Amino acid sequence: MIPLRLTVNGTAREVLLEDPRVTLLDLLRERLHLTGSKKGCDRGQCGACTVLVDGRRINACLALAISLDGASVTTIEGLADGDRLHPVQEAFIAHDGFQCGFCTPGQIMSAVGLIAEGQAGTDPERIREGMSGNLCRCGAYAGIGDAVLAAQTAGDGQAAGVMMREDAA
Amino acid sequence: MNLFDYTRPASVAEAIAAAQAPGAAYLGAGTNLLDLMKGGVVTPARLVDVTRLPGLDRLDVLDDGGVRVGALVRNSDLAHDPHFAKAYPAVAEALLSGASAQLRNAATAAGNLMQRTRCPYFADATSPCNKRTPGSGCAALGGATRLHAVLGWSEHCIATHPSDFCVPLAALDAVVEIEGAAGRREVALESFHRLPGDAPEREADLAPGELITAVRLPPEAAGFAAHSRYLKVRDRTSYAFAVVSAAAGLRLDGDRIAEARLALGGVALKPWRAREAESLLAGQAPDGTMFRKAADAALAGATPSGEANAFKIELARRILVRALTLAAAGTPERLPALPASPFAATFAAPSPSSAAAAPAGAAHG
Repeated sequence: MIPLRLTVNGTAREVLLEDPRVTLLDLLRERLHLTGSKKGCDRGQCGACTVLVDGRRINACLALAISLDGASVTTIEGLADGDRLHPVQEAFIAHDGFQCGFCTPGQIMSAVGLIAEGQAGTDPERIREGMSGNLCRCGAYAGIGDAVLAAQTAGDGQAAGVMMREDAA
Repeated sequence: MNLFDYTRPASVAEAIAAAQAPGAAYLGAGTNLLDLMKGGVVTPARLVDVTRLPGLDRLDVLDDGGVRVGALVRNSDLAHDPHFAKAYPAVAEALLSGASAQLRNAATAAGNLMQRTRCPYFADATSPCNKRTPGSGCAALGGATRLHAVLGWSEHCIATHPSDFCVPLAALDAVVEIEGAAGRREVALESFHRLPGDAPEREADLAPGELITAVRLPPEAAGFAAHSRYLKVRDRTSYAFAVVSAAAGLRLDGDRIAEARLALGGVALKPWRAREAESLLAGQAPDGTMFRKAADAALAGATPSGEANAFKIELARRILVRALTLAAAGTPERLPALPASPFAATFAAPSPSSAAAAPAGAAHG
């Protein structure tokens, strides 16, 4: 048995692994019963499993849990403060950033990561590029893009200074 | 996924010792390795986790002005490092045109070099593949070959190397630092990856148990910073491997090219340095006619490896011309430009004849 210690959504967790093959995604879903992170493709192509590890968004399906011993993980379950939703969650509701909802936890965690990275600013094209690792098979991209843009704008007001857009026709 | 023995050594020496076991593989982020293991494409008996090795996550400016990128530096950290991006903009642009943000946050520099081909027949464990199972044949030959090689391929393997990062590295004379049981050595990135020949299973100049510890860029590589681009065309705007890509760097002396650097991606089983084309450009004016001559020279030896990929030869010529044209116009202030987006102003090339005069990035939106 291999002891594994993680901080998950602010709580210290210890798991005894009998097998090193367990991915972070399977650990979260099957051992810790945090089923918000979804298993879409399980191959890093769809982004439904996106979580933050030490503050950075990654694909939980392509990380061996054992390799992340000691890390701090944030999942969709860790975003809200009680009944008060995270601003990105609120933005997804306000802008209808989903249809069936299966990709939504990954979309939201990816958006939280994107905003923290501070690279996209309020340029819709850069937001779309930054969210390209998250597929939505319902095709709710328009709402998703609007939601991320709104959350970005509401979050910190970083706006015109980082924009690439020019007025020239 | 097969069962494996997992070990997390505390030093490079311990890692190398642990990797001497038969069937051992180094584990970095695992973004490619775990994917292949899930598909049964590779079945390592032991994973040697190198992610905690001390010092390998460092990015250092060297005394000679060059930069050493530790093997564990994550793709996104490297691309967004202000000094690195300013000195080697084409490398930053290539990194950020690869994969998705989630994968770039995890994937390491050395892992990028060691990633495997995305040939679908290699990835399908039930298909014959000389790379996966030497001597079994090549299912890609006569198959769906739209994305396969047009340079340097053999009848044993027509796969391509999928890396974006390695393309400007090859153009800029990057060096791979390697440590093994027999000591340290280094090899030019340009000769690190091997063409398939009759042994496509031998992919890199790396002996079993050897570990990449760093990738180094020489000080001269920063001399192209003012006129450098990485241009990637793919089947969708983002998050796809290159159909064809090109890294171009120019060092201008007045209205002449003092030195040019060129490499292609997506066309061969290694990043393809175009040295003949570089020689043709030296001393010439940066104009469309010369760029086309250089592109013709770069693709002179190209042949389709299947009917479906013949188009890549002319596409590669045009991508080279465009990359050179964009490089001549100047490295955009903000990198990466959105590399392959048809909506992005920085993608639209000025006409080759007015390359030196046209500003990049005008007329967006």
